[in-house]
Amino acid sequence: MAAADVTTKTEEQTLPKVPLLTTHSVEPELTGWRAWVLTTDHKKIGIMYIVTALVFFVLGGVEALLIRLQLGTPDNTLLDPQTYNAMFTMHGTTMVFLFVIPIMAGFGNYFAPLQIGARDMAFPKLNGLSYWFYVAGGVVFYSSLFFGAPEAAWTAYAPLSDDAYTPGFGTDSWIFLVHLTGISSLVGAVNFVVTIANMRAPGMGWGRMPIFVWTILIYSIMLIVALPVIAVAATLLLTDRHFGTHFYDVAGGGDPMLWQHLFWFFGHPEVYIMIIPGFGIISEVLPVFSRKPIFGYKAIAAATASIAFLGTLVWAHHMFTTPSPTAVLIFFMIGSFLIGIPTGVKLFNWIFTLYDGAIEFKTPLLFAVGFLSMFLIGGISGIVLATFPIDWQLHDSYFVVAHFHYVLVGGAMFSITSGLYYWYPKMTGRMMGETMGKWSFWFMFVGFNITFLVQHSLGLDGMPRRIYEYEDIGNWGTWNLISTIGSFILGFGLLLSMINAYRSLKKGAVSGPDPWRGNTLEWFIPSPPPVNNFDIIPTVRSVEPLKDIRQEVAARSQAPGATEAPAPAAH
Amino acid sequence: MPRKSLFARLQKAFVPLAAAASASLFLAETASANWIAPEHGGSPNADAIHSLYVILLVTGLIVFFAVEGLLLYVLWRFRASRGHEAKQIHGNTTLEIGWTGGAAVLVIVLAVVSFFKLGEIRNPPNSDAAGFATTVVAADPGTNQKLPPNGKALHIRVLGFQYGWQFAYDDGDGNPDNDVIAYRDMYVPTDTTVLLSITSRDVIHSWWIPELGGKFDAVNGFKNWTWFKIPAEKADTSFRGQCAELCGRNHANMTASAKALTPAEFGTWLKNKKTELDDAKVQAAEARKLVDAGETLK
Repeated sequence: MAAADVTTKTEEQTLPKVPLLTTHSVEPELTGWRAWVLTTDHKKIGIMYIVTALVFFVLGGVEALLIRLQLGTPDNTLLDPQTYNAMFTMHGTTMVFLFVIPIMAGFGNYFAPLQIGARDMAFPKLNGLSYWFYVAGGVVFYSSLFFGAPEAAWTAYAPLSDDAYTPGFGTDSWIFLVHLTGISSLVGAVNFVVTIANMRAPGMGWGRMPIFVWTILIYSIMLIVALPVIAVAATLLLTDRHFGTHFYDVAGGGDPMLWQHLFWFFGHPEVYIMIIPGFGIISEVLPVFSRKPIFGYKAIAAATASIAFLGTLVWAHHMFTTPSPTAVLIFFMIGSFLIGIPTGVKLFNWIFTLYDGAIEFKTPLLFAVGFLSMFLIGGISGIVLATFPIDWQLHDSYFVVAHFHYVLVGGAMFSITSGLYYWYPKMTGRMMGETMGKWSFWFMFVGFNITFLVQHSLGLDGMPRRIYEYEDIGNWGTWNLISTIGSFILGFGLLLSMINAYRSLKKGAVSGPDPWRGNTLEWFIPSPPPVNNFDIIPTVRSVEPLKDIRQEVAARSQAPGATEAPAPAAH
Repeated sequence: MPRKSLFARLQKAFVPLAAAASASLFLAETASANWIAPEHGGSPNADAIHSLYVILLVTGLIVFFAVEGLLLYVLWRFRASRGHEAKQIHGNTTLEIGWTGGAAVLVIVLAVVSFFKLGEIRNPPNSDAAGFATTVVAADPGTNQKLPPNGKALHIRVLGFQYGWQFAYDDGDGNPDNDVIAYRDMYVPTDTTVLLSITSRDVIHSWWIPELGGKFDAVNGFKNWTWFKIPAEKADTSFRGQCAELCGRNHANMTASAKALTPAEFGTWLKNKKTELDDAKVQAAEARKLVDAGETLK
């Protein structure tokens, strides 16, 4: 550091007479592919997470389009039932375990340390381990394509997932995926918690942490709570399948309901694990593009924590049609209703973050606003489904499929895309194309709503999910055709963003350190950041440290024109 | 431009919001078609679920148009423009407590309304006097069974299997071996409370005939109870349904139907079936005698 060169004599005398740093050897910096494969740098690992997750996202997307093609017309024979069941099993599993959770880990890896002013994660080697376990899980799972793919859906309900009904490698590969990605996420979650708890910049108390870091912390805690349960459940399934136990087998004294309780005790928190970092991204994007502080910082952080807490107590709302006592159903209905309160609080706080701002309609903001609209729809249909007598009609119908896609595509996917456009310049040093980004948004927004809005009607008209063919009853044929057309529009929109990301690597405009006039510390350093991130770690005095720094710089340079200029700013 | 208070702006937004809300009410009036509300019309519990759904739908649409309207207004009104600076507001405790309270009240009201409707959906009524003569159904403690006030109903045991449905008509003599059995098509009398006890002999299935009420999972080792009561004017109607829980490769074709007969027709159907069953039993017993006597069957 430059400060060392100007150390005065008096300071030298106060320094201890032992070397501050010792090393046994100095390795040359790795180059080429080894720089990636052997890295422990949180930024490289973050990028590898994001790129790998996008590869799996393409695979899961192709599976989704095959599903939609098969359902495009009544009595279609494009896919046989075995392939169809494999496709929706792999689509669901891929999107949950290999796309949304890891890409959130990728954003968290890259940006949580930068936002708290840390030079890496607390355990860099563990961080690498976490990524490679994730890759291993994906490889094991997709290898099943060559040995017989899983067919028991991503929920793998016993006894259908038992060896008596789905013998072969498929369900086993699913179990190994759960174990391997589980270890990955668990190790990663511990790393996040330790990093966030211990490595924040001076002055960054809990109340000055960026909302995105709050959401990564809550995401990690939820993973630590939920993952051991699914690991146990999957292990019991493995022993049932291969070692003669009967945990889920009625004939041997087991209980098929046990699987559902264990699975959903993990599975429902999992839904929030997928969406909560998305809440964080939205909470970063909205203030930056409306040039306003987040409205009600404490309320948003508290609402996120209470959603997480309530989210672990409502698992049996996936089980309203099982043989369960009415009192149990009432408990889980009330719990699910309560989640509506903090969710409503967040929505209003987000909208009021925009209120009286100077909103710049850049691509990240468009996706964030698209998120708000569609998450609202998913939230409302969620309250409808939480009413258990209504769920008796809608459960396992296309209404449910529509609901969770509004939450996970309209919610998680749109927030991920928003985050990609927002942080791409920091990760690559170049901007993604704005025009192409906006086209991509509109194709995705329109395509998404065409695909999934009609699916509510399909469910209301009695079409169950997970059927590979159907007779043309009522309007099933028409609605399914509309949905299939919509899915290709959505797919085209996504493709535009992917092409945009690829092209911009070389051709994007050079972004500089802070293209959006951000509020958080990642924008303080060059794009892409140097290996050690921060030469000097600034002292944090508010939730928006970079805004403070900008104002301070402006005040000291005594140039009135350099203060916070009224929007729109020229980039 | 002069700055208005937050509240004055909200007031200004109220008119389009109210218009959107009344439009959604109108939409809900036409909610009888089953593209916007669940199927019903075959049984009072399905009707009650439908009307509860409509209440939630209307509430949901009002909330949707209000919030979406507010969002669009804010986006349009506060888009970046010359001469407008973003106001550095960090929050507003009164407003925040307001919408927390508002959301809480809404949720409580919806929960209360749901409980109010629950009895109608959950508890079976008595059969009508014109209905099929039924017997007292044995209590099934430890399950979610609900009996009509007089305890009488037509009890059908529904058994799911890969890939079909079996129906056993409980004749009330305590011996399940002599009950009439049917597959796939469930013949049922109108004006009569029909109680279903649902289970499976292999993987999990789910019994669902939308017009007769909600779905109930068939789980091996468990009994799941529900009911329906088809009104007289629906005699000769066939209600379609299919398995709603993934049960294997042929899940898509695990269909079922409930065919409504008048009580008299149903009586005849049941009697014929019973006669067929008894005849078959007599023949089987004779064949068994021959086998026991060492003769070969022709």
